[in-house]
Amino acid sequence: MITAGIDMGAKNVKVVILEDNKILSKGMILGGFDQKASAEKVFNETLQKAGLSRNNIEHVVATGAGKDVAPCANGEISMMGADALGGAFLFPSARTVIDVGAEEGRAVKCDEEGKMLDFVINERCAAGAGTFVEAMSRALEVKLEEMGPLALKAQKAVPMNAQCTIFAESEVVSLIHAKTPKADISRAIHDAIADRIASMTRRLGVQRDVVLVGGVAKNAGFIESLKRALGVDLLVPDEPDFVGALGAALAPMRKNGEK
Amino acid sequence: MSKEYWRWPEYRRTVPGKDWKDAKVVSAGVDIGSVSSKTVIMTDGELYAYSIMRTGSSSPDSAQKAMDWALEGTGIKLDDIKYTVGTGYGRVNVPFANRAITEIACHARGANYIWGPTVRTVLDMGGQDCKAIHCDERGKVTAFLMNDKCAAGTGRGMEVFADLLSVSIEEVGSMSLSVEKEPEPVSSTCVVFAKSEAVGLLRKGWPKDMVLAAYCSAMASRISELLEKIKVEKDFVITGGIAKNVGVVKRLEDIIGFKALPMKEGFDPMTAGGLGAALFAKALYERSAQAA
Repeated sequence: MITAGIDMGAKNVKVVILEDNKILSKGMILGGFDQKASAEKVFNETLQKAGLSRNNIEHVVATGAGKDVAPCANGEISMMGADALGGAFLFPSARTVIDVGAEEGRAVKCDEEGKMLDFVINERCAAGAGTFVEAMSRALEVKLEEMGPLALKAQKAVPMNAQCTIFAESEVVSLIHAKTPKADISRAIHDAIADRIASMTRRLGVQRDVVLVGGVAKNAGFIESLKRALGVDLLVPDEPDFVGALGAALAPMRKNGEK
Repeated sequence: MSKEYWRWPEYRRTVPGKDWKDAKVVSAGVDIGSVSSKTVIMTDGELYAYSIMRTGSSSPDSAQKAMDWALEGTGIKLDDIKYTVGTGYGRVNVPFANRAITEIACHARGANYIWGPTVRTVLDMGGQDCKAIHCDERGKVTAFLMNDKCAAGTGRGMEVFADLLSVSIEEVGSMSLSVEKEPEPVSSTCVVFAKSEAVGLLRKGWPKDMVLAAYCSAMASRISELLEKIKVEKDFVITGGIAKNVGVVKRLEDIIGFKALPMKEGFDPMTAGGLGAALFAKALYERSAQAA
């Protein structure tokens, strides 16, 4: 069976095409002004990469914040359900999947088959999502992709008092004025968001193994900060931003009882 | 550099027709907020002069500047002031203050002075926090609640929107009231998310006044949560910079079903904390003079 998962994230749209349990192709695009049009574009490109046409795909499952406008979807799955399926597919030992995206942070408890058992979510405050690091990278005048590596060079743990992204922006500016090294500020930023994700996850209970997915899982500085905050090791897949789309593509097979 | 729409006007004022030399006690209140610094000079417990300016990166410098400006042209020297109380977020960093008192106590005391002994609920909407305070007929605090963790419901959030829409912060409120139909509010829990929602609305072709209405109403709804928790009792008054934003005040009154007392002629709601501090300063001076 050939299936596709489309993850309509707050920032990027991700597509994964699967044949049984094998990934045929994947694609990602910035949602941008017209998320629906962007999604159609990346979906077609991903089909082409796999040498397929729409007719070859039996199930197209949508997930993510914009799943209602996903092109040619004939099914949908919650973001938490997709996280659990995708996380457990990549790491069968996963019992907790933490997903940190652009505008949301989630922690999902799952069993060995990737069935979601429980979850917690923050969708109300930017301070617990990727947007926070993005806003801070602007304040610090450091490219977003350089933020993580920079944090790893920190010599000192500097505390951040502000919780709110808006207030943290001013605090970063004050730290720059106080001649705090940028590496230390960058670590303080990642520690701040990691503390928030950790306390959210603790509400659910931190059951090992813990898998970290979502776009922010590409940030090495954040991974280190979250390891420290949770006090456990984290399993991070190679392309953590595709896990939601992967989970969505897996959903029809799980429904049919296939493994 | 592009225009800074968030920048509200700094100003100073001397109450006309008074001579400070006739006064027995000249006292001062210096309120160093996270966004604005205010100094109030009182003669025998009556308002004499004040200044309102932006807080800089150093609290002691901001305190000094706000004091110098309040005194400018009055002939009063720092030595003529018998007692100074510092308040606000930077209250411990007022180098010439005799004492520091929390802004909660000062706002209640100042509101009691401005509006009289019937005031029971004071809502202080400041630059980076928001407080709901209950007080008795003497302006003494009996209970309070505050949000200082999140920019939603604070002046800082409004500044972000003034910049986003290129509308001067002083016009935001009145412009938001010019809409024909009240739109749905944007996110009231996070300014960052509210901002991205607003960008989406602008792209959809919403005019500025509609977007501002959606934000003012989100802010009013956020602040109303604080008031509902503490329960509003009459008389109700609003202090702090956002008290000047009719777009937020009107919508807040609609939500809670209560009207705030109108602003008092001759007073700036931003100076309530400084006024309270200057009144405490006078009382403390008199007590210390008695003891001596």
